[in-house]
Amino acid sequence: MKSVNAIVIGSGAAGGIVAKELATAGLGVVVFERGKWYTAHDCRKDDLRNQRTTVLGNAFGPDDEGNPRVVVDSKGNVREVLPSEGGYQNNAACVGGGTLSYGAQAWRYMPQDFRMRSTYGAPEGSSLEDWPISYGDLEPFYDKAEYEIGISGDYSATPFKGPRQRDLPMPPLPPNREFGILEPAAKRLGLHPFHLPMARNSIPYNGRGPCMRYRWCCGFACEVDAKNGSQNTVLPVALATGNCELRPESAVTEILTDDRGRARGVAYVDEHGNQQVQSADIVIVSACAIESARLLLNSKSRLFPNGIGNRYDQVGRHLQGHHYTGATGYFDFETYDDVGPGASIAITDYNHGTPGLYGGGMLANEFIRLPIHMIDRLPPGTPKWGLAHKQAMRRWHKRSIVIMGPTQQIPTASARVTVDPQVRDKWGVPVARIEGNVHPHTYDIGAVQAKRAEAWLKEAGAIHTSLMAGRPDSVSAGQHQAGTCRMGDDPRGSVVNKYCQVHEVDNLFVIDGSVHVNNGGFNPALTIMAVAYYASDALVRNWKGTRFRS
Amino acid sequence: MVRDGFSAQLLKKEDLVLNRREVLLAGAAASAALVSGCHTRGSRWLVFTDGEARTLAALCDQIIPADDWPSASEAGVVTFIDRQLTGPYRRHRKAYRRGLEDTEKLAFSRFGVEFARAAGPQQLQLTQEIDRHNPEFFELVRRHTLQGYYGSPRHGGNKDAVSWRMLGLAEPPLRGRAQYDFTAGPKA
Repeated sequence: MKSVNAIVIGSGAAGGIVAKELATAGLGVVVFERGKWYTAHDCRKDDLRNQRTTVLGNAFGPDDEGNPRVVVDSKGNVREVLPSEGGYQNNAACVGGGTLSYGAQAWRYMPQDFRMRSTYGAPEGSSLEDWPISYGDLEPFYDKAEYEIGISGDYSATPFKGPRQRDLPMPPLPPNREFGILEPAAKRLGLHPFHLPMARNSIPYNGRGPCMRYRWCCGFACEVDAKNGSQNTVLPVALATGNCELRPESAVTEILTDDRGRARGVAYVDEHGNQQVQSADIVIVSACAIESARLLLNSKSRLFPNGIGNRYDQVGRHLQGHHYTGATGYFDFETYDDVGPGASIAITDYNHGTPGLYGGGMLANEFIRLPIHMIDRLPPGTPKWGLAHKQAMRRWHKRSIVIMGPTQQIPTASARVTVDPQVRDKWGVPVARIEGNVHPHTYDIGAVQAKRAEAWLKEAGAIHTSLMAGRPDSVSAGQHQAGTCRMGDDPRGSVVNKYCQVHEVDNLFVIDGSVHVNNGGFNPALTIMAVAYYASDALVRNWKGTRFRS
Repeated sequence: MVRDGFSAQLLKKEDLVLNRREVLLAGAAASAALVSGCHTRGSRWLVFTDGEARTLAALCDQIIPADDWPSASEAGVVTFIDRQLTGPYRRHRKAYRRGLEDTEKLAFSRFGVEFARAAGPQQLQLTQEIDRHNPEFFELVRRHTLQGYYGSPRHGGNKDAVSWRMLGLAEPPLRGRAQYDFTAGPKA
């Protein structure tokens, strides 16, 4: 098969952007995507089979057949899990990756999030570090992501944010009823509520129409294509250059190296199940934190006996996501207006600066509640079944508000991805094994955040509340997974340098959430996108003719 | 019947990945279905016997009883579970078989009747006992019952979107609406 300039593995938040930036710069690119290429015809609204409620399977991959993982909880219990089960820590597998069906909150991290260790020090047992790049380095690329992907919202009411060169390209969606209830309450508490940023058209933008405020949003693909992700923004641009080919349903199984230790291409299984090889000048891994680490670890050779890029046993470590905590408030008036996407108002007052806490997190009202989300979220003391449960569903479904947020997670080196010695996927490749736990200080932050959410709900008039602040005995990763190929200056403590280039292999890159040194107190998608623009920019500037100049 | 035609297709497709013996059985059931409209010999269900379905219906109706709105079984929850046991919930078949058998044994030992024929208060007492002493099975049935009742109608439960209408949600749902007036603020 004809050699190309660049291979991009994964078509999600980062892969789509890398493909577009490289293809428009004139490089010949092949994008591999193990999942399917869905269209508007696949926008089935199924409450039991989507990317959020997966009891009957994942709507946008991976399938339950042949894609297991192994999870080891903090007590040492080992079990094999299916993609539709909670412990799997799934993100989607499809063209567009998570961005096809995400909730699409599009946050910038704050300047402090890039300097956590300098700001706070590191709690004992943690691997909390600074990023090797600053908010200022990323700001132009945050801006680019906001304009090219298309973000609506309004940051103007909050002073708790990094400097920005201009406003978001689209105004926020008109507020839903929860916004109207929560905004004055937050202000009475002295907080600074605002319209949270969303990768969702509020007005016609980028040749597509605005959001139609439908009930089925977070976890579903948008049937009017108003939600902005790789599949409807950067990937079409990449393909339109004529320099980019997208190969869906093609799973890369190994990164191949030559005898000098440089990447020469990849081995993959094509859509017919045939083993193939694609060679290239450079290889970019954008498969999301767990699968990117797994691919590196499974790419063993004479020069890289423990997996490529893994000389210092760093690949797969510092796995993190977000520990979500918050509260549900129950009201004696209707709070639910059936207007999507639901999440509308946020505060960032508590992300930093609480004495005794290493960070904090954003708090926002939750995405629109489907009835199935409510069945185990009724006021404390409600029976779990029987007539009282049914009556409570009727009483509270339209009279409740959930506020929660992604607590800044304190990373540890022991929360990690390895490859399982026994279990293999349908192609015979060792599967990801996920082990370790969240650093306990994360739970301390989460508990404080839950109380703050509760206080906001009470101020808004909640007559009952229930807290959501558990201490799960396994890692958190899921759709916010990050950290497994840490960015850093020291090859002994990181996998890639500050341009996302693997320390040991100058033509191999990891560009996705894997490189996040920590994951902020925000949904990570926009930061993944900004890093992708930033790293692609450096890559293109250093690209000389047919090879990458190291 | 249209529903049965759909189910027969579902059965054939989903069972392709079962082991050979199951495929043969499923094939036999599917061909029987084409002739008689039934799938499991002597039963109108795909997986359950009529007796098991009767027990399960009564148990589901303890979890979601009828009031002004239909009970779980009236809304099609048994159909939901039966169908899922040929697909995503295939792995739970054994648990259902065993759990329903235990439920029957318990009913006979306590009251000398089939669970479904026990009086209302007796069924409630039995259900509480199952919840306490067989929590794994009960949680399985409870979760699946709530999913069937409150989930999407396409899977056989929540017939005519009855639970969504019960909660006051627009059915069919609104698409592409204009925004409501947000200047009025919350209603007291």
